[in-house]
Amino acid sequence: MSAVVADMPKSDMSKPVAPATTKAIAPSKGGRPWTFYVLSALFSLYVIALYGPMFCIYILSFQDIRGGLVFPMKGHSLHWFVDLFTQVRTGDVKGSFDRSIKLAVIVTLITVVVSFLAGLGFRKRFRGDTFVFYMMIGSLVAPGLVLGLGTGLLFQALGLNASWYTSALGAQLSWTLPFGVLVMFAVMSRFDLVWEEAAYDLGASRWQSIRLVMIPVLAPGLVAVALFGFTLSYDEFARSLQTAGSLNTLPLEIWSMTLNVTSPSLYALGTVTTIVSFIVIGASLGSIVLIQKKRGSSAKG
Amino acid sequence: MQPHQTLPRANLAGWLYVSPLVLVLVPFFVAPILVVLAASFFATDGFGGLTPGFTLASYVEVLHSALTLKLYLATIKFTVLTWVFTLIIGFFVAYFLVFHVRNQLLAIGLFLLCTVPFWTSNIIRMISWIPLLGKEGLINQALLATGVIRQPLEVLLFSDLAVVIAYVHQLTIFMIVPIFNSMARIDKKLIEAAIDAGASRFDIMRLIVVPMSKSGIALGTIFVVSIVMGDFFVVKVMSGGGSASVVSAFYEDVGVLQYPTAAASAVLLTLVLVAIVSLILRTVDIRQEITR
Repeated sequence: MSAVVADMPKSDMSKPVAPATTKAIAPSKGGRPWTFYVLSALFSLYVIALYGPMFCIYILSFQDIRGGLVFPMKGHSLHWFVDLFTQVRTGDVKGSFDRSIKLAVIVTLITVVVSFLAGLGFRKRFRGDTFVFYMMIGSLVAPGLVLGLGTGLLFQALGLNASWYTSALGAQLSWTLPFGVLVMFAVMSRFDLVWEEAAYDLGASRWQSIRLVMIPVLAPGLVAVALFGFTLSYDEFARSLQTAGSLNTLPLEIWSMTLNVTSPSLYALGTVTTIVSFIVIGASLGSIVLIQKKRGSSAKG
Repeated sequence: MQPHQTLPRANLAGWLYVSPLVLVLVPFFVAPILVVLAASFFATDGFGGLTPGFTLASYVEVLHSALTLKLYLATIKFTVLTWVFTLIIGFFVAYFLVFHVRNQLLAIGLFLLCTVPFWTSNIIRMISWIPLLGKEGLINQALLATGVIRQPLEVLLFSDLAVVIAYVHQLTIFMIVPIFNSMARIDKKLIEAAIDAGASRFDIMRLIVVPMSKSGIALGTIFVVSIVMGDFFVVKVMSGGGSASVVSAFYEDVGVLQYPTAAASAVLLTLVLVAIVSLILRTVDIRQEITR
């Protein structure tokens, strides 16, 4: 997904398409084939099913004190949001929120730096690269709960205390890094080696070519990596369950609420956490578009 | 980074660049797997204490239990159903975006519309089905109001149906993205040539689009299969405790501190997963696919 986001103007689809092709498969003028209407209907249904349920709980979280878990709406108020942050019985929402944001920021920084370096490394073959690659794929597909338990037991065996900023941080990185590196692969495949060689020919050092050529050129891709790092950490659950120690992160808090709480405050928490996600997604996509636009105008001018 | 580098230097540079990655993956992926493997051979006092040793008792217990077979059958059922639905929906959504949407910016916008929920909380997206599927949920209300049914349907929520709905809702994106990427790479000239040679649109789909999307389908399959087989919270919440999967049983074992049994079952599951993934990898060179 990032490849598309990060390289909008140069996407594969931007190549000029011969008229005969477009007529048969995606006519640029004139009538559409019947499949267009069937597939548009399917696509619309998919998007409705994707967003519909989420919007239901956002709406239901604004009920007043009589509110329940299903429609119809009972009044309008912010009661459940206040309830969420003031009531003790819903647990330490504020604290876990705080921890999750801090953890996500740390994970994002590490993910961007490590994925960028690994992306540089994987551009050329080296002895053992396949091994590292499959280790990464393994880390991606391994059941999170099993890895979490292993990490928890490892810390126990070493006599270390499990906590959100040590064991859970590592467990989350084992999930965000493979994603980050995969995104870097997509981004790097569009980076022309010639640009880097030109920098060397002009006398740049390796560090200068990274700082002055690669990072600016790859900036949109790095933002995409950061987006993955933040959101995957912020919502990570299975790997944190056995590694977070005594203090919960937000998804763990939500998990325990799904098992105990049967009031709309659960929905209110869902609304709050999704708003944070949407802000992060919006800021990332916005800055990617901004970078691209800036480039477009400076290229023209 | 010179083009004509000697081999040992390239090796050193490569390892230097990936060393931070390796430094994270070794303690937080390789070591935990080895710990679980070791724990599966240990004995337990039943209170969470582990006695180092070598016994196959846990494996015997897991393999002899009738429950194990039931759990695997349930897990495979969920995996196959989810795979079929995500594949069908994902394939046609990607096909629509690549071949039917004329405006490229619109295509990217619609593609992003599909991916945004991926960056939000899975748990929240799962529980958001409750107001719809519940006994007093919207779907039952609508069906009762229109007179299709007289009694509210109970199978909608806290059932296997709800589990599959939640999986498909969460995982279709993992099919859309890789299939979209494969399809976007299909050279339009190829399709033009096929039309000139007299191929029908069905032929184009059968002989060009599907074979050339195979690597995307394989990648999506790896994601969907490994996530469903490794999941426990969707099964636990959406089935209302009525169904179990291999990992949800593992979770219960951990809850009662039966670490060796849990570890043995985790090792078995990992072996099954590795077998499935390597089977899929035989059909596609995933590394070449991703890096090209």
